[in-house]
Amino acid sequence: MRDIVIIGAGPAGLSAAIACREWDLDTLVIDEFPKPGGRLVGQLHQEPDGEWWNGIKETQKLVDKAEAFNTEIKCGVSVHHIEKVDNGFAVHTNQGVIDTENLLVASGAAESPAPLPGWTLPGVMSIGAAQVMTNVHRVRVGNKGIVAGVNVLSAAIARELQLAGVELHSMALPAVNTVTKDAGNPKKVMDGLVRIAHLAPSAFLRFGSKFAKAAWIRNLAVNFYPKGGVKMWGMPIHIRKAIVSINGTTQVESVTVCKVTADGEPVAGSEETIEVDFVCIAGGLYPLAELAAVIDCPFQYVEELGGHVPVHNQQMETPVEGLYVAGNITGIESSKVAGAQGTLAGLSIAKKNEKSNAELDIKIAEAMKQVKTIRETASIQFHPGINAGRKKVEKAYQAYEQANA
Amino acid sequence: MNQNRIIDHPVLGHLENKTPVTFTFDGKTYEGYEGDTVASALLANGIRQLRVHEESGSTRGIYCNIGHCFECRMTIDQTPGVRACLTELTPEMVVESGKVQPTPFSQPEDMPQTYADFTEKHTDNKEGDPNA
Repeated sequence: MRDIVIIGAGPAGLSAAIACREWDLDTLVIDEFPKPGGRLVGQLHQEPDGEWWNGIKETQKLVDKAEAFNTEIKCGVSVHHIEKVDNGFAVHTNQGVIDTENLLVASGAAESPAPLPGWTLPGVMSIGAAQVMTNVHRVRVGNKGIVAGVNVLSAAIARELQLAGVELHSMALPAVNTVTKDAGNPKKVMDGLVRIAHLAPSAFLRFGSKFAKAAWIRNLAVNFYPKGGVKMWGMPIHIRKAIVSINGTTQVESVTVCKVTADGEPVAGSEETIEVDFVCIAGGLYPLAELAAVIDCPFQYVEELGGHVPVHNQQMETPVEGLYVAGNITGIESSKVAGAQGTLAGLSIAKKNEKSNAELDIKIAEAMKQVKTIRETASIQFHPGINAGRKKVEKAYQAYEQANA
Repeated sequence: MNQNRIIDHPVLGHLENKTPVTFTFDGKTYEGYEGDTVASALLANGIRQLRVHEESGSTRGIYCNIGHCFECRMTIDQTPGVRACLTELTPEMVVESGKVQPTPFSQPEDMPQTYADFTEKHTDNKEGDPNA
């Protein structure tokens, strides 16, 4: 039986593994993808200070450090079930069952779909798919594309596609339907855009400053949104245009776009056809948490964190004895926050067998502070009110502990 | 081969020292690079269609590229239902596209082929349908 199995070799899982190995725990990291790094490997953006954040390099640093501590990392391992057994867990994988005393689920996030007519055609993909193809595999996903969905993630990845020389016609909203809802509502999208004003140091700053923080200014901006869109790095962003359908017989040939009102209602007769050969759908991210659910971890719905998250405390412990969580499964935040959470989770796991270790207590206190510091200085914030969301989860944990005391 | 590769990148640099890996897709030989997934190697060769819907025969390609959606399921080295986006390319790999499966209870030509088809077939007001 292992001391600790970590599901997910992203920034959270790898950082946790390093902390566990530093305290000499028998650690195994598993991941479904053939390479370690999770979604960190695809990331590439310029920080406000002009430095490039290169996910491939950051991943290599983490992997090198983990390997220096003789950490076992197994890729290509899919977990399909977890069972609670005496003194631990049985993790069911495509390569057999792994027994472990403790378990850290650092499974990250998944992309919310924004279904549109024609979205099953080859050439339509999630924006994250395009990111991995472009930056990791160095494969061009098409000759000319359009992005359906305007949000933090899609703006960042659209820039990455441009950097790689992949042509994008524009970004527009997915047409409103029962699934896309807020992603197709110009007012809601504008609220989100204000938060990415600082993402790029130059062009985007000017873009964001136009809309300020006050709600009435944002409403004004939506109502008088420029017909040609607002340009970011030379590419128009349309929040008063929506993609109504994706057209083609065996693959993407074009999209039909129409004008929409400030509330997202299509304007009849305004349809136009734009020739593209690929479409990136960007519905935003949600915590990927099924594996915590199959072992009866209680959940809390927190909009500020992107959806249903496993209830956990500030040390990343869940109410299930021996089960820990870290990274985007606890809420959608940047990879840097995920890494800091991973370190904290690793230390919390080490603490289980070192109850009265003063050095470890100091390290845990430092790690908790580090998570908060990184959160406050994060250049990408996916949801507003992260701190309020985190408080809700903490409260839910306390309520759960009291009810079961 | 590899016509869709991004060779030069202003931040990530020039793509070099890649080890070629040969594989077959539906009987034809292609070349990918070591470190490719089956999905990325095919896309690098301009192949987007990985399968057809098992019943309707409509075309499908990658969607999420991280193993969640199962849209890229293919037959790889004789194993059906393998996700191309999570499978690392190995030399002499035999990759086959997903085909139409027998549908003893319905005829494929009855299935909608496009979204327009789908709406046309499913908007008939049926008697007693609460959604009609």
